[in-house]
Amino acid sequence: MSFISYLINGISLGSVYAIIALGYTMVYGIAKMLNFAHGDVIMVGAFTVFTIVSTLGLPPALGILVAIIVCTVFGITIERVAYKPLRNAASPLAVLITAIGVSYLLQNLALIIFGANTKSFTSVVAVKPLKLAEGNLVISGETIVTIIVGIAVMIILSLFISKAKAGQAMLAVAEDKGAAQLMGINVNKTIALTFAIGSALAAVAGVLLCSAYPSLTPYTGAMPGIKAFVAAVFGGIGSIPGAMIGGILLGIIEIFGKAYISSQMADAIVFAVLIIVLLVKPTGILGKKIQEKV
Amino acid sequence: MNKMSKKFPGKMNKISKNNFITYLLVLVLYIVIQVLLATGNVSSLMEGLLVPLCIYVMLAVSLNLTVGILGELSLGHAGFMCVGAFSGAFFSKCINGAMPDALRFIIALLIGALMAGIFGILIGIPVLRLKGDYLAIVTLAFGEIIKNLVNVMYIGRDGNGFHFSMKDFLSLNMEADGEVIVNGAQGITGTPHDANFTIGVVLIFLSLVIVLNLIHSRAGRAIMSIRDNRIAAESIGINITKYKLMAFSISAAIAGVAGVLYAHNLSTLTALPKNFGYNMSIMILVFVVLGGIGNIRGSIISAIVLTLLPELLRGLSDYRMLIYAIVLIVMMLFNWSPKANEWKEQVKEKYFSRRVSKGKGVK
Repeated sequence: MSFISYLINGISLGSVYAIIALGYTMVYGIAKMLNFAHGDVIMVGAFTVFTIVSTLGLPPALGILVAIIVCTVFGITIERVAYKPLRNAASPLAVLITAIGVSYLLQNLALIIFGANTKSFTSVVAVKPLKLAEGNLVISGETIVTIIVGIAVMIILSLFISKAKAGQAMLAVAEDKGAAQLMGINVNKTIALTFAIGSALAAVAGVLLCSAYPSLTPYTGAMPGIKAFVAAVFGGIGSIPGAMIGGILLGIIEIFGKAYISSQMADAIVFAVLIIVLLVKPTGILGKKIQEKV
Repeated sequence: MNKMSKKFPGKMNKISKNNFITYLLVLVLYIVIQVLLATGNVSSLMEGLLVPLCIYVMLAVSLNLTVGILGELSLGHAGFMCVGAFSGAFFSKCINGAMPDALRFIIALLIGALMAGIFGILIGIPVLRLKGDYLAIVTLAFGEIIKNLVNVMYIGRDGNGFHFSMKDFLSLNMEADGEVIVNGAQGITGTPHDANFTIGVVLIFLSLVIVLNLIHSRAGRAIMSIRDNRIAAESIGINITKYKLMAFSISAAIAGVAGVLYAHNLSTLTALPKNFGYNMSIMILVFVVLGGIGNIRGSIISAIVLTLLPELLRGLSDYRMLIYAIVLIVMMLFNWSPKANEWKEQVKEKYFSRRVSKGKGVK
């Protein structure tokens, strides 16, 4: 019974990673940059909900809505101010370092506004825990909601990419910026939209993450951000189904590692699995193999 | 992008002049700081920062070898520093008293360099097959694994020899007189305090000699040719794996030496996310990129400026790291944005037009 419970917890954690990883992978696919500040946008979302629900006492639904809006605005602003001027820089490392700067900026902004001590985040989930098998298997409300939201996000996003015009435009820009521009696609707007969607997803992930693990500090987003980055690479960076699979696998591996091997070494196990996967398949599970031209 | 690579290898004069300026810079800085120290113009806070400053400079110079000269993005540099720090401190702790201090410290530095170098090769063999961002994430993963493993490692010593465990202190099964050397998350306590500013500067000099001589040697040119065009380099018979591993392991070994220095500057050595985690690796990368990728002198300057900046801003208390972040973003935009570069060119042409036309002709 404990195996099933670990598996469900793993899928739940994995769904959060998958949602964050989707943001990473979309931005990577389209702007070819590792957005190191993505993890900190999660923290911004969680703090927004915390302020609205715990400090102001307003309903959680409003909190989530405001968090999504705030994160979207943050995402677009960051892209416009910090990343766009460097899009054609001589080295791709320049924008990576700027992203790190943005990450420091967001963390320290939160540090000044909210202080360094850990806030206890009140769960926004009102679903009752599910008891199965005569009470031997208890699944918390947060887990259920996280898995459902995770699946919903993946379905909506897949439909959006494959059916909507804007989604198709994103695919086109990711494939070839110049050609997309010639086809009449507004590249700048498409990239901004990608950042907006990624940041909105980060807000959702932040709320889910802090509902399940209710401690909130300015550095909350950093480690899940890195793990989601790992998940995105794991699944093949730039690939949307890859991010989903990578995220969920990573969550399951982490929970199983904690449960069956060693709780202190869970992170090391996650990273070791990543290394093994990349050595066998150097572009991740669903990554495309790029042939080099001479 | 890289000043060194543009230069014709035949013009040794210019290269040695360039290297000479780098050595001179370190020497002048050292003398200035010694004078300031002697006249009592350095606060105790700044004095405590001098050895870390040397450590950061060495880390930045060594990472520049991987990122700038080899052209591979590594996010796990702090992992090699961690290997060096723990192996060096372990040696010092074991030997303490049985050997003259100076000799012990030199051997500890060599052991740190060797261990980190070996790890560099072991990690490099699988990692260097990957490319670009995949390589970056795997180096990050290795760095985190090293930090994680050190945190669950227990090593003790008693009459029967060494005991090793990955579980806890009790499972070492030592006799009553046993001494714990590496105590899991508590790390190594009581490492002798050998590091000082002069030793730090000497080590910077040594790493500069190694790195600068490597860059301008035949091997260095081979490494840079791999960076500029791997396929072309391979087709003229350059052994890609050999040279990649050479650069990667030398870079790791210097980071290991920096780690030994770090370990001998503190009484307690623990592997925290703060000192050996990816945050540290990223901070070193920031030094390298801000100083100029492939520009060794730039790495030294940016490591010094960015280490001192938060301390100089200390008066602003809570706001200092915020300002640090803003300064970092603005500097990156100013240095790298094509628009800013265009603007800089215009300003240059307007005010220094004669010098520009004389200096750089062909791009």
